[in-house]
Amino acid sequence: MSALLQIKDLQVQFQTIEGTVHAVNGISYDLDKGQTLGIVGESGCGKSVSVLSVMGLIPEPPGEITKGEVIYRGKDLLKMDKKEIRKIRGKEIAMVFQDPMTSLNPVLTIGRQLSEAQILHLKISKEEATSRSIELLNIVGIPKPEERLGEYPHQFSGGMRQRVMIAMALSCQPSILIADEPTTALDVTIQAQIVELTKKLRDQMDMAVIWITHDLAVIAELADRIIVMYAGFIVEETDIFQLFENPLHPYTLSLLKSIPRVDKRIDERLATISGYPPNNLIMPPGCSFAPRCSHHIDRCWVEVPKLKNVGSNHQIACWVDVTTGKEL
Amino acid sequence: MIRYIIRRILQAIPLLFIISLMIFFLLRSSGDPIAMMGGRRATRPEDRERLTRLLGLDQPLYKQYITWLIGNDWSLVDIDGDGIPETPGTRKGALRGDFGNSLVKRGVPAMDLILERLPNTLLLMIPAEIIILLISLAVGIYSALKQYSLVDQVVTAGSFIGYSMPIFFIALASMYIFAVNFRKWGLPYLPTIGMFDPKVGKTFSQVALHMVLPIFSMSVISISGYSRYIRSEMLEVISQDYIRTAHAKGLTERMVLIGHALKNAAIPFVTILAIDIPFLLGGAVVTESIFAWPGMGRLFIDHLGRSDTPVVMGILMMISVAVVFSQIIVDIVYAWLDPRIRYS
Amino acid sequence: MKTTIPKTKQYGVEDIESPPLSISQLVWLRFRRHKMALVGVVLLILLILFSTVGALFRTEAYGNITDTSIRLQAPSPEHPFGTDTVGRDLLTRTIYGGQISLMIGLTAVIIQIVVGVLIGAIAGYYGGWIDSLLMRFTEAVFNVPTLPLLLVLSKMLSDKIPTIELFGREFSGSVIVITGVIGLTSWMGLARLVRANFLSLKEQEFVTAARSIGAKNSSIIFSHILPNTIAPIIVSSTLGVAGAIINEAYVSFLGVGVMPPTATWGNMLNGAYKYIETAPWTWIFPGTLIVLTVLSINFVGDGLRDALDPRALVETE
Repeated sequence: MSALLQIKDLQVQFQTIEGTVHAVNGISYDLDKGQTLGIVGESGCGKSVSVLSVMGLIPEPPGEITKGEVIYRGKDLLKMDKKEIRKIRGKEIAMVFQDPMTSLNPVLTIGRQLSEAQILHLKISKEEATSRSIELLNIVGIPKPEERLGEYPHQFSGGMRQRVMIAMALSCQPSILIADEPTTALDVTIQAQIVELTKKLRDQMDMAVIWITHDLAVIAELADRIIVMYAGFIVEETDIFQLFENPLHPYTLSLLKSIPRVDKRIDERLATISGYPPNNLIMPPGCSFAPRCSHHIDRCWVEVPKLKNVGSNHQIACWVDVTTGKEL
Repeated sequence: MIRYIIRRILQAIPLLFIISLMIFFLLRSSGDPIAMMGGRRATRPEDRERLTRLLGLDQPLYKQYITWLIGNDWSLVDIDGDGIPETPGTRKGALRGDFGNSLVKRGVPAMDLILERLPNTLLLMIPAEIIILLISLAVGIYSALKQYSLVDQVVTAGSFIGYSMPIFFIALASMYIFAVNFRKWGLPYLPTIGMFDPKVGKTFSQVALHMVLPIFSMSVISISGYSRYIRSEMLEVISQDYIRTAHAKGLTERMVLIGHALKNAAIPFVTILAIDIPFLLGGAVVTESIFAWPGMGRLFIDHLGRSDTPVVMGILMMISVAVVFSQIIVDIVYAWLDPRIRYS
Repeated sequence: MKTTIPKTKQYGVEDIESPPLSISQLVWLRFRRHKMALVGVVLLILLILFSTVGALFRTEAYGNITDTSIRLQAPSPEHPFGTDTVGRDLLTRTIYGGQISLMIGLTAVIIQIVVGVLIGAIAGYYGGWIDSLLMRFTEAVFNVPTLPLLLVLSKMLSDKIPTIELFGREFSGSVIVITGVIGLTSWMGLARLVRANFLSLKEQEFVTAARSIGAKNSSIIFSHILPNTIAPIIVSSTLGVAGAIINEAYVSFLGVGVMPPTATWGNMLNGAYKYIETAPWTWIFPGTLIVLTVLSINFVGDGLRDALDPRALVETE
């Protein structure tokens, strides 16, 4: 069975005053029905840009999708015209964004913002949409939903707002939910609640989820598979267990090492990744991570590594075998 | 919300007092009304004294202000100079709409003169304001949506030019083109003087025709400025996250624009009205002078030239009151439109 | 771990990272992008040259020679801009009028900056009743429409100040009056801007740090906070020059501004509507020059505003 969503060799660039920003440099991955994929990486690695491209939400100009295909149920979303893609957005693929305060329109009621997509996509009446919205708010755990439909975003707390965003995203029962750092702007306890909520809904609705984060701890609870991105490339792709038990890319290793652990001695220094984040304006001839890597060899500086299999369901983009230090 | 309205109105009162004080002291310390009234003949000392007492100019300045403000018809004034107040005053005071009598048109209350001309000025200003709002909105939104397109660049350049022209230049140029040269070229041309052709009479079409060029001149500058403002506001709104969310839900461009963007852009747009009213009122002075339009602005300039303090002060005060109140109204509308203020 | 590739072929972070641009480099880069701003600069330079170099060819006195026998003559080789209602050469008057108009514009803005920044800074920094008082006052002046206020003030004061001599030239007192009056009625916007900036900046840590080492209030205001709010002041002032030139033109046009025989572009247009048809050159030349000057200043100001936009100068993630 072919995957629900297939991204093939996607390349996205932005033309800015300082030059061309290479945001996404040829990434490919699949998403199966009901699967949860986590995308992990630091700010600027291209994770948000890649999913925004899926939805066709990259402003062009200055953005430009220079290569690639995004196949959803057999059709290439990148080749669709505006009308077609609008039918997909909100209905088949829905998105939850990072900052719920700015992502909700401050001058429209929650009820209105919840209903409009439903009325448009499901072709139901306003009353039907309203009663569905009340149910949705119930499902995401907002008390007294009938009263709150007439309220405005600023009358909700941060966690509540994000629940509303989730309700909005689920309102038309999409097959794929994309969540772009949905808990980054929330504090830790609320974070846990949102993650639980997502798990419950995903299982209930048998939805595929793409969850973007820079926090490995969060993703461990949710994902089946993980993609690690760096400088617009995928550097490691595997299932959740192998990632934590047997990480094989130097970047992933450094990331995991830098997570503070409760069982470490308190006088040990925290591990960091030396060097600076990559500059997307310049595409180096070799591996973008080389300057910060403790395992680099000659080949790393002259050739960009491609993804290759290093185990069952485990790929990395690296020239080095970190266990031996020798070339792969 | 009601408390907000009341608070704003209460804040306006001291403001108006300060303004009236400023205007009063400014104008009282200039010119010599007695000399103006005398005309060419030198005034005899007795007449001068009498007039001084009549006009209340022998009183200390602060008393003059109070008289100006609340009148003196509730007290007695010393007219015959014997030091004993015996005649009841005749002034009702500015608070009751009495700015004194005009020094140029003797005996005629300044307020009457002003009210006579006020409708004519409104006749120019209100249609001008409506045109300005509608066109600025249309142009601004279109430019924002088609950013960097050819139309946008042309409009932007045109706005700069329109915004850099003094009103009288626009007036002169439009007179030159549409009146003078159109007539030369045998095209139907627009009139340039006054409100109507005396030979035809004050008909609706006459007045309407005569309104065209003045309103045009008044509008160009404002439209140029505000269309750019609206354009930048719209651009700001369009770049917001909630617009991205709206797109992500699959809403059509029209739904996003009208349902989501416009409502947010409308809020700062309302402030335009507050800024524009003083500008239009001020610009009316120039426009009415050029086109010989019998409005308040022309009254102002004519009587300023003849040092008719009561009329000048009356007009200044009335315009300032209009400005203050329009700002209050705009603030109220602003608060009502933005739910974050309304429900807090 | 062993590499045989020489260090020079390795791209360290120093190579991958392009050197960050300094603020002034960034501003200049952004300003250059604005074609209109560059056009404005060129235009402005040309206009300034017209008024300054042009003065080398004709004296001001020449522009004041009246000869009613040649009144209202169309442009000719001898009088390239024609003559006015009393036979004065319009080209000369335009050149010197330009000097006056530009000078008034600049000087009025200096007054505007001084008053506006002082009031805004003090109100914003000290807060409390000082702030309330100053802001009430600012609001009061702000609410009186500028043009009528300008007219009243000019009329009142213009005959009170005598003609003065400066740099060997005579300036009728009305020039001083106009300059002062325009400056004193246009500072309110700047004051509000500066105050708003001060209100937010004074809460920042560098102010607390300065206070903790015992810096005096005046030093904090002028050496610490003010430099951080320079950008909007620059933009506001640039646009203020355009506004001042227009205001002078309005007031002079209505006959209560700069008095003859001193020429300004504004008073050259006084009464021009009587001669629209018969002598268009009397108003087309000075009028167009006003428009071009104001236009070029507006271009430059707009370019500066975009170039100095603080949001754009911050590195985005």
